Amino acid sequence: MNQSNQPAIELRHVSCRFISPDGKATVALRDFSMSVAKGEFVAIVGPTGCGKSTTLSMITGLLKPTTGEVRVMGQPVDGIDPRIGFVFQADAVFPWRSVLDNVAAGPLYRGRSKSAAYDEAQSWLRRVGLDKFGKHYPHQLSGGMRKRVALAQTFINKPEILLMDEPFSALDMQTRTLMQDELLQLWSANAGSVVFVTHDLEEAIALADRVFVLTARPATLKKVYEIDLPRPRITSEIRYHPRFIEISRDIWHDLREEVQIG
Amino acid sequence: MSTPQQTMPSGIDPGTLAQVEREAQKRIRQRNALVIGLRIAVLVFVLGGWELSARLHWIDPFFFSMPSAIFDQIVEWFVDGTSQGPLLTQVWVTLEETILGFLIGSAGGIFCGIVLGRNKLLSDVFSIYIKIANSIPRVVLGSVFVIALGLGMASKVALAVVMVFFVVFANAFQGVREADRYMIANAQILGASRRQVTTSVVIPSALSWILASLHVSFGFALVGAVVGEFLGSKQGIGLLISTAQGAFNASGVFAAMIVLAVVALAADYLLTAVEQRLLKWRPTAN
Repeated sequence: MNQSNQPAIELRHVSCRFISPDGKATVALRDFSMSVAKGEFVAIVGPTGCGKSTTLSMITGLLKPTTGEVRVMGQPVDGIDPRIGFVFQADAVFPWRSVLDNVAAGPLYRGRSKSAAYDEAQSWLRRVGLDKFGKHYPHQLSGGMRKRVALAQTFINKPEILLMDEPFSALDMQTRTLMQDELLQLWSANAGSVVFVTHDLEEAIALADRVFVLTARPATLKKVYEIDLPRPRITSEIRYHPRFIEISRDIWHDLREEVQIG
Repeated sequence: MSTPQQTMPSGIDPGTLAQVEREAQKRIRQRNALVIGLRIAVLVFVLGGWELSARLHWIDPFFFSMPSAIFDQIVEWFVDGTSQGPLLTQVWVTLEETILGFLIGSAGGIFCGIVLGRNKLLSDVFSIYIKIANSIPRVVLGSVFVIALGLGMASKVALAVVMVFFVVFANAFQGVREADRYMIANAQILGASRRQVTTSVVIPSALSWILASLHVSFGFALVGAVVGEFLGSKQGIGLLISTAQGAFNASGVFAAMIVLAVVALAADYLLTAVEQRLLKWRPTAN
């Protein structure tokens, strides 16, 4: 098999239903197909609660598809793949660990020696600009700084696939823009594939190579947009690019119908 | 348009600010002094009122005693010892039972809480029995323990264990259940095994629940030990109380109560210190 042409992530005609604790079934995702190439940055947008996060859970293996198949690096998903990194919407850093201990968590879980793990954690802290805050606890940091901790915590495992579930939605506008640029920098150095779920259309266009638009629940693919904006991008400036405005108008036209249905 | 070079308006220039700060700090000190003064006044009023009403025979000092008699009783116990031996031995016996019961009960409670909290099937099966066991007034079990384990230390420790176990168990269980699901998923994706998730995510996040329960449950352990002694024993503060009761010695009952209060307060102080050390990652509650 040709290794380089193989997609990093492949979802083939995937559907997913949930059984609630009282025994009721709901369909979250219907016949959804998606393929993400190695090194590609893909964004998924759709109305709130349509099942965007469900796709990510299936790629990690935390959730199994009801029908269809999910493949990661050519292999069917079976449990949590160590090549995957995940950044959550909520604050998922451990509040009882110092910043340095938080970043070192991944290598320590994976059985690296303490000194190696902490050396590496220190160097990642430097890369996200938090080297002076290693001994602080998360509650002593701002929301943006905690997100940096989360990024360092994820990137230290050198994920070949990075999944992000509305990671910056809780941040204020200015911090969010800074974090987006930071993410693009880390990504270009890491060269992995990214699936970025968001409800913020402009964020999706500014970051991604392709944007997948989902329909209202039960979600299925509405349309895929190629974002032919030049790289490297600076998210605060790319917003004023004429092509950016054109694309965002097109996508919003699609999305609006779905939001109104939802 | 105003320019930054302009002189500051009076009211926020450094000199005035310093003076305002001094005045504010003085007010804070005065208030603290007032609170302490009022506290002492309340104490004097209550104790003085009690003493006075007993001496003037508005209440019968034979039944309700009075502060000076209680004080004399404590001094007498200290100097001459109690009818069962030196006072400190009695305190030590009760304390030993309490601490043993507290340690065993809380260790068992934490262990069972974590195991059941992490296993859905086990918790669904056992939760009903734990609810039932929890609704039994456990002090009654003291009689069973005295019959089964005798008048020695074992029966008191057993009662203290039962008193502590359920409180700690309930909190540990709840704490485990409340562990943030995103944090658990995060740990799993970062590479944690099930065991590592338990030790590095579930237990730390349950810890604040567990420590909160330890505060309450030390008091429960003390109640368990004292009631156990009450029901039948050869030594301890509980026996001291029941002897005093038998001799219609109200001062003795109050004196023993005060000794117990001192023990409980000291233990609470220690536990608070431990808690602050273990939970130093938490934001201070202000």
